[in-house]
Amino acid sequence: MAADDGMQVIIGLEVHIQLNKLRTKLWCSCTSAYHGKEPNTVLCPVCLALPGTLPVLNKRAVEFAILLGLALKGDVQKETFFYRKNYYYPDMCKNFQISQYDKAGGVPICVGGELAFRAGKEARTVHFMRVHMEEDPGRLAYDGSITTSPVAYVDYNRHGMALLEAVTEPELRSPEEARAFLKKLRAIVEHLGIADLGLEGSMRCDANISYKGHARVEVKNISSMKEVEKALMFEMMRQKQKIKGGGEIVQETRHWDEVRRVTVSLRTKETEKDYRYFPEPDLVPVAIDKKMLDAARKAMPELPDARIQRIVKQYQIPEYDASVLCDSKAMADFYEATVKIFDDPKDVSNWLMGDVSRRLNEDLVEIEETKLTPKALAQMLRLIKDGTITGKIAKGLVKGMLSGAMPADLVKEHAVKRIDDAALLGNLAREVIVENPKVVAEVKEGKNPRTFEFLVGQVMKKTKGQADPELTREILKELL
Amino acid sequence: MAKLHENTATELLRMLSAGETTPVEVMATYLERIGKLEPKIHALTFVNKDAALKEAERAAKELKGAKGKKKPLLGMPIVVKECISTTGIQTTCCSKILQGYIPPYDATVVTRLKQAGAIIIAKSNMDEFAMGSSTERSCYGPTMNPWDVNRVPGGSSGGSGAAIAAREAPLALGSDTGGSIRCPAAYCGVAGIKSTYGRVSRYGLVAYANSLEQIGPITITARDSAMLLEVIAGKDIADSTSVDVPVDKYSQGIASLEGLKVGIPKEFFGEGLKADVKASVEKAVDKMKELGATTQEVSLPSIKYALPTYYLIAMCEASSNLARFDGLRYGLRVDVPKGNYDAMFSKTRQEGFGPEVRRRIILGTYALSAGYYDMFYVKALKARTIIQDDFKKALAKVDVLVGPTMPTTAFEIGTKVDDPLTMYLEDILTVPINLAGVPSLSVPVGADKAGMPIGMQVMGNFFKEQQVLGVGMALEDVLQFHKKLPPLAGA
Ligand SMILES: [Zn+2]
Repeated sequence: MAADDGMQVIIGLEVHIQLNKLRTKLWCSCTSAYHGKEPNTVLCPVCLALPGTLPVLNKRAVEFAILLGLALKGDVQKETFFYRKNYYYPDMCKNFQISQYDKAGGVPICVGGELAFRAGKEARTVHFMRVHMEEDPGRLAYDGSITTSPVAYVDYNRHGMALLEAVTEPELRSPEEARAFLKKLRAIVEHLGIADLGLEGSMRCDANISYKGHARVEVKNISSMKEVEKALMFEMMRQKQKIKGGGEIVQETRHWDEVRRVTVSLRTKETEKDYRYFPEPDLVPVAIDKKMLDAARKAMPELPDARIQRIVKQYQIPEYDASVLCDSKAMADFYEATVKIFDDPKDVSNWLMGDVSRRLNEDLVEIEETKLTPKALAQMLRLIKDGTITGKIAKGLVKGMLSGAMPADLVKEHAVKRIDDAALLGNLAREVIVENPKVVAEVKEGKNPRTFEFLVGQVMKKTKGQADPELTREILKELL
Repeated sequence: MAKLHENTATELLRMLSAGETTPVEVMATYLERIGKLEPKIHALTFVNKDAALKEAERAAKELKGAKGKKKPLLGMPIVVKECISTTGIQTTCCSKILQGYIPPYDATVVTRLKQAGAIIIAKSNMDEFAMGSSTERSCYGPTMNPWDVNRVPGGSSGGSGAAIAAREAPLALGSDTGGSIRCPAAYCGVAGIKSTYGRVSRYGLVAYANSLEQIGPITITARDSAMLLEVIAGKDIADSTSVDVPVDKYSQGIASLEGLKVGIPKEFFGEGLKADVKASVEKAVDKMKELGATTQEVSLPSIKYALPTYYLIAMCEASSNLARFDGLRYGLRVDVPKGNYDAMFSKTRQEGFGPEVRRRIILGTYALSAGYYDMFYVKALKARTIIQDDFKKALAKVDVLVGPTMPTTAFEIGTKVDDPLTMYLEDILTVPINLAGVPSLSVPVGADKAGMPIGMQVMGNFFKEQQVLGVGMALEDVLQFHKKLPPLAGA
């Protein structure tokens, strides 16, 4: 997928996955449910790293890490260690981050691994260098843009949350590929049940971007999947322009400024930080024995690839439909729950992939964030099937259903029902004929069948979509 | 009859449970002594006067009930080193940078002490962040040795050592990273034990060098240390490095020294050892023989590397541990007009840390940086393993090792504080034990010509605290050093 000008970009990602499905943070018993809480209220002496406190590893976090490692077909290590990454930054209570390290004898929890995904029509596989565990720092907040804000606020509620960092080899070849890769990774994480990725900041990225033959730039602080594509596109454009203008790309670390939608230089290679990694003396090595691995394998849920194959087989829908549904676990769950109570699998997938998804995209929400239930969708499909409402009416109900209304109630409330009163439809059809003499003439010429459908549509419009389309057609044909 | 303060903690406890004295009387006695002696020795940084008296009144009531009988330290005043976290009471590590910091939580040892009925009477002075062997480097000023107020009490737990020697309290806690319990115990003529690494929870001990240090008792006798260690030792889920090994009845000691194999490491008797110290320790060894022990010379050849190994590891860990003091969340904050975070924390650290702390942070930072890490830190870890192996080999042949705790006796205040290298040499006989991780008790075995106390170390195998303490008890039963009080404390 080389760019049209022959310049080949190479992208590697470091994806941070926040294990917010853990009950507690990584080192203490503070709740992981800090989202939406008053700043600096979800804290204890340990996660605030008060003098004298010590971290105690959350065992469940190790189990989650093993699950992801196995799901990505990585090599889960028998023994793993924590290291200190030393640097001063106000979002770090200790001014070092407890992380893992793969140099100087450090062993991350999982080495290697791969992920197969679709990018457009192409089947791609990206390899991982490692998956490691670390703690989340606090969060800095600014008045507007980071580069122009006169102050910085620190909220330590996030401090000490468990993170998994999955580091890919530099094998991605475009922002679109990066997005497709992340989408698949996201679906896997969701299926594993280790993180709720709908929560703010639950999946963050750093990206390495370089053009062949030029220096590598690291872009940090990409706060969500949606931002990744934007950040990559900007950075590629910046580098490309520089190269074309005869300039040289400097090896540096840049920061994605979400507000201004640009990357800004943080530091160059000369001022690159020396993190002074050394083994964390307050934690003991973590042994991962066969028992733990067996338990993880046993607990391993069905993953997206297997689920797609099963759905295709079980419900006889096209593989394309199944894979779109399985991009999101919540969507796939919704699909299967609906099919269980409304036995027309293709009809259900059509509606979910069609009108429901369109509506979700418009509102920028995920299905699990709405109040739509499988029961409601099944009821709507049943109303169409038994002729109570038309498909057109149904489309109009989706919005209300997303807010929690049942379609039968909406129909009753707004008296939206299929109109099959021939006398009423006849009157409306006559009105339409009188109002559209030109179209009627064209219809009579019989050249364009679409002109007839236009008249049908006009009747529909007068009934707010409630007219029975078949009956309307019959009446119009007769009248003409 | 002995005056109240002349008793050991063990005897005081007996008296309390027999009704021969009361917690209020005990507390009032020590508070009065503190009032009288502090101007002379400055061992304490904070006296918990009103709260301690109230606690004593409560303890008195409790002592009459059945529940009170189950609390092994009910009504006993205890001094806690300034680097051990105490809810609502300053925990400053005697550094300017922690001025104003009052912890909202108790160290695990403090929780255990409170559950056992002990009452915090005061916090004690120390070298800033436990970096020193003289308690001269405290932001509150130096502590004086009760045996001679012109001399240092040793360090870094010099406040606890001096407080016990002066009988300002019957019990104290110190912490030992490279000798910080044993050095002041030796210089002040009291007992103190650094237990096996992992024996006592470090949760709440403000870290200097995590992989080396332990909290431990500083008391009048080894028997008192044993009793106190029984209360504070044991696995703690809040400290991953604490070990789940049963806590023995340390205070029962050992039946006798009959048949005990004692190793004398020749490296402990090398150059620089003061003649008086050598003579006192040898006399104590003779006493052990009289009691039925057999001795043999052993060798710990690698301990010549102990000092640089210790300082490298300690400084590296310290450079990272002390990074959290940046003025942002607690303690001192020095704002820089129009300055950013970098300017503020740099200024805060520059003004907040004393010169020795800054020196160790800078050296540790340097040693950990890219290109030097393998040369220094990794090499130091290797040396540490070799030193540990030497101890293992020696302790496979004998039950305990004995040797002087310090090469000299307490020196005069001001004579070494400006010469870091000479000060580092003070630790030459104590740091190998921290590197090895084994337990070591210092017990007083005599005094030099000037009357300054001399301490002997009893080192044992991993988790053999009972044996180490048992040897100390047997010795003190015959030496009776604890019956001698510094003249200043006798009245
Ligand atoms: Zn917490």
